Amino acid sequence: MNSILGQGLILIALATAASGTVVGYVSGRSNSEVGLRWTKRLTLIFCACLAAANVVMEKALLEHDFTVKYVDQVGSTSTPLHITIVSLWSALEGSILFWGLVLAIFAAAFVWTTGRRHPDMVPYTLATILAVGTFFCFLIAGPADPFTAVTPRPDSLHTGPNPLLQNHLLMIIHPPMLYLGYVGMTIPFAMGIASLLKGRLGASWTRPMRRWMLLPFGFLTVGIVLGGWWAYEVLGWGGYWAWDPVENASFLPWLTAAAFLHAAMLRERRGLLAGWTIVLLLTTFALTILGTFMTRSGVFNSVHSFTQSSIGPTFLVFLGIILVISVILVALRAHLLDREGELKSPLSRDAAFILNNLLFAAFTFTVLVGTVFPLLAEAVRDVKLSVGGPFFNQLTVPIGVAIVFLMGVGPALPWGRVTGDEAIRVLKMPVISGLVVLAAAVALGIRQFWPAATFFVSGFAAAVSVRDMLSPALARMRARSLPFPIALRESFVRGRRRFAGHIVHLGVALMAVSIAVSSSYQQVAEGTISTGESLTLGPYELRFDESRNFSESHRDVAEASFTVLLNGKDLGSLQPRLNRYRGEMTPIGTPAVLTTARQDIYLSLMNIEAGGKRVGLRAFINPLVVWIWVASGMMALGVFVALWPERSGRKEDEADPAQEEQREVAA
Amino acid sequence: MTDTRGSQSPVLQPRVVIATVLVIAALGLSVVVVQGLQDNLVYYLTPSELLDKGEEGVGASVRLGGMVQAGSVDWQPDDNLLRFVMFDKDGTMAVESRAVPPQMFREGIGVVVEGRLQEDGTFSSNRLMVKHGNEYTAPTDGEHPDLNELAKSLQEGES
Repeated sequence: MNSILGQGLILIALATAASGTVVGYVSGRSNSEVGLRWTKRLTLIFCACLAAANVVMEKALLEHDFTVKYVDQVGSTSTPLHITIVSLWSALEGSILFWGLVLAIFAAAFVWTTGRRHPDMVPYTLATILAVGTFFCFLIAGPADPFTAVTPRPDSLHTGPNPLLQNHLLMIIHPPMLYLGYVGMTIPFAMGIASLLKGRLGASWTRPMRRWMLLPFGFLTVGIVLGGWWAYEVLGWGGYWAWDPVENASFLPWLTAAAFLHAAMLRERRGLLAGWTIVLLLTTFALTILGTFMTRSGVFNSVHSFTQSSIGPTFLVFLGIILVISVILVALRAHLLDREGELKSPLSRDAAFILNNLLFAAFTFTVLVGTVFPLLAEAVRDVKLSVGGPFFNQLTVPIGVAIVFLMGVGPALPWGRVTGDEAIRVLKMPVISGLVVLAAAVALGIRQFWPAATFFVSGFAAAVSVRDMLSPALARMRARSLPFPIALRESFVRGRRRFAGHIVHLGVALMAVSIAVSSSYQQVAEGTISTGESLTLGPYELRFDESRNFSESHRDVAEASFTVLLNGKDLGSLQPRLNRYRGEMTPIGTPAVLTTARQDIYLSLMNIEAGGKRVGLRAFINPLVVWIWVASGMMALGVFVALWPERSGRKEDEADPAQEEQREVAA
Repeated sequence: MTDTRGSQSPVLQPRVVIATVLVIAALGLSVVVVQGLQDNLVYYLTPSELLDKGEEGVGASVRLGGMVQAGSVDWQPDDNLLRFVMFDKDGTMAVESRAVPPQMFREGIGVVVEGRLQEDGTFSSNRLMVKHGNEYTAPTDGEHPDLNELAKSLQEGES
């Protein structure tokens, strides 16, 4: 029953998506109002069907309906309820179905929020969204059909989802966040395609485009960091980022999206870089598809990739089609996107933004080459190799530091042009702040070049942001003798987008520093110790007290208890574990972490000898790691503030940027 | 707009200058990236493939994959030193690892070690990974590791 219902809904979704694509393109060409209405209707039907199909799958999972292929594959009557619910995205077929749901939510949100505006652009946009929807429905209906009716396997084989994924609650939120980021980028991509087809990219279309990118960008930021956090809390190797191909796959579109968010501002405010802005949109989307290919085709094996499957080549074909269409459209139409402004001076915010975009492009290129090279080497030369982490670190750290530096330069300089004296005036305070931060870091023992440089540029950029957030409020306070909180609130309401950007920038500065320190000043110790003995880790003693075994419904747990001692003082105890899931031979560790503002003490249990009297332990001191999670929260907060709807009747994407700028200047 | 550009002095030609700078920057980046790649490639090899390289194989950073030979394991927990012999269908190699072995480590299992071949012919490693398998199958006598599969199952940046 669930099978037939699910398959039926997917087929209707496929039909509406395909027909909606055609209707959308036709009505986009003819500017037909009836056509536009039908495109919207078909889009909403498509969304409803995909949503309903997801509900059916969720129902089948909860009912343990093992006649449905996907439930037979990942379902289990012994897993806890919350694991059963999130099983929807724990394996290949379900994750693609869930992908469809996310696309449906974004598409419906786009239809509703756009309302009657942009009748010239919307048909092409919806048509493009539905074209992508057609591809995913085709996958769900054919090669990755989760609803196929099957004869259930014996119940002993129903062991639930991949144990690595069952092992931590972060698994519940990390994948949906990434999907929201990845899939959400379909919307601005479709808007970019519409822009090319119409040969127009005005400020009034750039603004919503940027907002539609900002939303998935925020989700992707959170998704990537949660992934790192999950790896840190579950995988037990003591770090949060390994330049694993799959991590890189999620990071690549983040980089181009970040570049786009800045290029779009330059386009909106100064009329520059129209073609480049669109190219960034298309690249971002292509990178999300490349990322999906890498994680969903089995070319890389990792916790993220599911079993080797036949849908890999399908994704590669889809990626090829996207690239070909994008290149052709850009070649034929990009020159129509009228150039309105000109770069007046290399000393200006405009120039800083352009340089920032070049650096983001260089960053993307480096990571892309390092990620794809092993695949190419295997395909062409038939050798197995991997690109070591040092490659990425050597090349991307200097680029990253330069980007953080520009993050201060850009907002400090005005648009247009600036004289040398003025530039010195606005940059003096931030440079001094950066030097103070640098001196403090050196005093605290930072001696390596790149971490020290990171402290300088982060201090510099943070000073610019703080000044930019406070100085309008201070001016207002003096001019109208208002109390400071009220002045701050008023200037926040007036320049909220700017405020939001600075919150994100402060998050980036904090994150840069935390990453620099945690990756350069990690301490490791490993050894095998018996009950009562200690392992020395930096200034700490880790005393092995006891071990115990117990069983939970879906796993057996072996747990060892350690006391952390500093000069004989008891700082608390930690219990790293080894979990063995039903039907699995390989135990999975769960590290235990003692987190403080300064550092994490991180214990990873390698083995417990029979009898439980002796354990193998790897232990790490990871400085400042907690600030990485805090920083990502600040970045998400900034995106959220930027996206919060305007209070007054004025719709943000219809506001005149020039007026707003005047207001900012006046304030 | 075209008019203003036409009247500019030929010295500036901003588009030409910018294009030249961009091309040079792109070339520079490519050179640096290719150089960086060459310095940081880690090959996956089996003992026999590494032995075939002869002198050339000494000192290069390698991920070596194969099976742990029965009876060869010598684990000295107090020194944190693990010695064993790894084999594939055409060769064997002595391995010295300074990493605490994971719970799954045992004779007859497929492992990958990351490290370098020393002058004396032993392979020195500080990173050891055991093949993850969803279902455990006892190794049959004379079973040979499928390096491709082994490498793939270990590619993820685990410990």
